[in-house]
Formats: sequence, structure tokens, C-alpha cells
Amino acid sequence: MNAPALSTRGLDKSFGSLVVASGIEFALPQGARYALVGPNGAGKTTLINLMTGMLQPDAGRIFLGDEEITSLRPEERVKRGLVRTFQINSLFPRLSALESVTLAVCERQGHGGAIWRSLPAYREAVDEAYAILLSLRLGNDCYRPTRELAYGQQRLLEIALALATRPRVLLLDEPAAGVPIEGSAELFDAISGLAEHISVLFIEHDMDIVFRFASRIIVMVGGSVLVDGTPEEIAADPRVREVYLGKKRHG
Amino acid sequence: MTPAEPHLYLQAQIRWHRLEIAFWVATLLPFLLFKSYLVLASQIAITGLFALSLDLILGYAGIVSLGHAAFFGLGSYAAGIVSKHGWGEPLTGLVIAAAVAGLVGYAASFVIARFRHLALIMITLGMGLLLHEAANSASWLTGGADGLQGVRMWPLFGYFKFDLYGVTAYTYSLAVLFLIFLAARRLIHSPFGLSLRGIRENPVRMPAIGAPSRAHIRKVYTISAAIAGVAGALLAQTTQTVSLEVLSFQRSADVLVILILGGAGRLYGGILGAVIYMVARDQLSGFNPQYWYFWIGIMLIVVVMFLPNGILGGLARFGASSRAKAA
Repeated sequence: MNAPALSTRGLDKSFGSLVVASGIEFALPQGARYALVGPNGAGKTTLINLMTGMLQPDAGRIFLGDEEITSLRPEERVKRGLVRTFQINSLFPRLSALESVTLAVCERQGHGGAIWRSLPAYREAVDEAYAILLSLRLGNDCYRPTRELAYGQQRLLEIALALATRPRVLLLDEPAAGVPIEGSAELFDAISGLAEHISVLFIEHDMDIVFRFASRIIVMVGGSVLVDGTPEEIAADPRVREVYLGKKRHG
Repeated sequence: MTPAEPHLYLQAQIRWHRLEIAFWVATLLPFLLFKSYLVLASQIAITGLFALSLDLILGYAGIVSLGHAAFFGLGSYAAGIVSKHGWGEPLTGLVIAAAVAGLVGYAASFVIARFRHLALIMITLGMGLLLHEAANSASWLTGGADGLQGVRMWPLFGYFKFDLYGVTAYTYSLAVLFLIFLAARRLIHSPFGLSLRGIRENPVRMPAIGAPSRAHIRKVYTISAAIAGVAGALLAQTTQTVSLEVLSFQRSADVLVILILGGAGRLYGGILGAVIYMVARDQLSGFNPQYWYFWIGIMLIVVVMFLPNGILGGLARFGASSRAKAA
């Protein structure tokens, strides 16, 4: 068996006296579909920020495959295939969807600094961007400025941007946040349709979706991993019921 | 729904518009209609080029600068000093000015790329003031507050003398403006131009799609500084003098006002802004020499309140809505 696609050893992070990550040991196997759950403030997004380099850990190490990436800058991690999406849309409001995705493709291919040839001259990049948009059913609206797209389409564009970087590991921070229930199942269908060699970790609050799409579930509480296991194990675990499921049901 | 569609859409964006061609034809009108204003026209072309250089960083990459005169001034002094010391050939003077301003711009870009917003305003302002005082105190080189005397330009291509009426000056400035405009237009329609707009639209997302934003910023800042240097050199060469004013805060502020008036991020905004601003200054200072900034102030407030994307942005919106009505 190969090394896990993404793993961490003893990851610590605190802001002053607030501990947001403590001793996190985590491993995402190649091609896995894992869910990361936990109450608000459990440190789920912080973990993604640490792994993608948007935050620096106080201690611990991060590995992408066999390679240690702990001190790499965010864009260098992306170049190596570790890519994230954002819980709150982080898009390019006045670029069209096609321009946005073409931008990401061009940067991946190393054309981002090319000055002399016009954008349409990069035919393959444009074709690839358009194909990604078509696959997420954004083909018809890809010429409109991003800020004019419907909210659900913007969520899909978040994923389209990530796909344009050709990720090996994809970290999805609440991909369906703010999308109505029926839309979110559709969105997760798109996610589960991703190529098998892409390893996926997603944060999601809707437990039905988590149980449907995740092969394994990691439960975080107060900055550390409480338990991880198969959906059946998690559903049966009394500690999880207490801190997360139980609370939610009574609340 | 054909695969060619996205290409047609992108091709349409870079196509020359009829209005663009009309605009450049109109820049020739001063030769026919306003012969006594060719000196002013030349200054407008130079200021338009300066504003274009600011547009590349501010309008496209979203990098604010309140000290862009630093590079204009560097170009002016470089061209002036070279000429004073016996080399009055204009075109090589431009190249030297671009190199000097570009080199300093490149060095500064390592600081610039690390900051945004208010910090950037303060840093660029500080660099502008610093250079202004340096030029003031180095009077052995720059002539200090008296200005640089003894700038003598050779005829352009060894033939066209810089005349009092500004025929050569305007031809020369306009030609340089046009050529650099063509290059800038190419740049903004390239993948690099798209990356710059990405930085402007969302600097946080850029690293998350693997883009080296800082390297992009360093590159565009260097290019912008070199173009500002060329603009400064044109002023030195066509007026055959350099005063400390080329490095002044006033010049940095003016070019920002000009770009915002005309419309940032539109390539033509700076040129249009320069035409309006400088013609207004010429006319207003005629009947109200002391208080003409009063009118500029009103103009600026009105434009920013009612046309947040500048005059050009307002025109584009008006054009779009009248087309929609006609359809």
C-alpha cells in the first residue's frame, strides 16, 4: 500500500490561549472519500487552513504523499496537487466563469506570466476550462460575470476552479453551504462523480449527506480528533452521539 | 452549442472596436484644427502615457500607488542628465530612462508585492517623498530646486528638430504613446493580463489556484515603472528642461485623479482623463488662474459620486443601456 495521499503528524495550533488544533494525526488514503464533521468551532476549517498553508502550525508536520510540505507556501502546495475550496464563496466577481477557470488552467500550465500571446491563442487551456464548466453544467452561463451567477452556480464554480488545478487531494470546505437541500444532493453527486484517483476530504453538517457519500468519518471536537471510523461505527459511537449528534437532536 | 463558442467569446473581447479606431484617428486632429495647441497636445499625450502606466498596476492588478511620480521623475532626470552630458539622441534617451525607472521599480516591487491597501498608499507616498528630497539635495546632479539646465536634444532621427510650436514634440509623444499603448493592450489580453485581473478581483483566491501572485505583481510593477519612466523622459526631451516638479507629490496625486476621472481598468481611461483634465486646466486657469483646482475638485466629486467607474465607465453603461433599449 502506498503512503496516504495526505497526512499530518502531531499538528498543533493556538491563537493565544485558544487551542484550535492539538495533536492532530490524520491520514487520507489515495482515492478516499472522507468526511470531517464536528460542532461549530471544532477546528475543521482551521485544519484545512493548516494543511493548505494558509495558516502555519505551531508544531507538527504535514505530508503530501511521501513529501513533507509543512513549510511550503500555499501556491506551491497547489502546484503539487493539494487544493481546497472555500466555505464562503471566494471567487473573481467581475471575471466571467470561463475567464476564471481559464485563469486557473493557465496558471497550472505555467502560462500565467505569458505576456505576448493573446488568451484565445491558448486554445487547449480554453477548451479544458470549457469542458470543466460543461461537466458541472455551467456551460450556458459561463460568459456571464461571476457576480451575476445564481448562488448554487457560484458554489459549483468554486469546485470548477479547484478542478482546473488538477488536484490529487481535494479539500472541500462545506461545498453545499447555503444551498437548499435538493441542490446539495445534486452538488454531492457531482463530487462523487470526480475521478477516482482524486482523494477527497469534505466538511459537511448534513449527516444524511455525510453517511451517503463518505466511506469514513472523522469527528473533531475542541481542536482535536475525537474519533474516526466508518459511518456505521460513527453512528453507533456513544461519544459522538453525546457531543454531536445528540446535541443536534436535542437542540 | 458548438465547441468554438468560448473561443468566439474570447476573440470578441480582444477585437478592435470601431470607437477605438475613431479615437486614434481623432488624436491626429490637433495637427489640422488646433495647430496653436500642439505643445499642450504633446503634454496631454505624455500625461496620458503616465496614466496608462498607473492603470496597469491600479486598474488591472488593483495595486494603489500615491507615489507613481517617482518613476516619472526618474525617467525625466535620466533622459535629461544623459542629454546634458552630451548624448542628445532622443530614442536611446527613452530606452535609458525606461531602464533606470524599470530597475528602481523592480527593486521597489519586492516591497510593494507584500502589501495592500492603506499600507501600500503610505509606502508609495513615502518612496515618492524620499526620491523628491534626494533629487532636491543632489543638486550637483539634478540642479536641485533650480531645475536641470542645459538639456539639448538632437533632432529626432537626426532630421526632425524639436520646434517651438510642438509639431515634432506632439508627433513624437503621440507615436510613443501609441506604440506603448499597443504593447499594453496586448499585455492585458494575454494570460498574464487575466492573472492581473484575478489579483485585483480576489488576491486571497489566487494562491489557492496555484498562482504566484507576488511574482506577477513584481513583473507588472516593473513594467509600469518603465513606462512611467518613458513618459517622464518624453517630458524632459520635449521641453528640454527638468524641474523638481516631475517628482512632486502633486504629480502623483494628479495622475491618480486623471485615471479615476477617466475610468481605471479600461486602458483608455487614463488617456481620456488626461485630455479632460489638462484641457480643463488650460481653460479654467485662463479665466480663474488662482482657483482652478476648485473646479477640478467639483469635477472629481461629481464623477466619483455619479460615475463610480469613471467617465469611460459611465459612457460604457450608457452605451449598453441605449443598445438594450434599441433592441
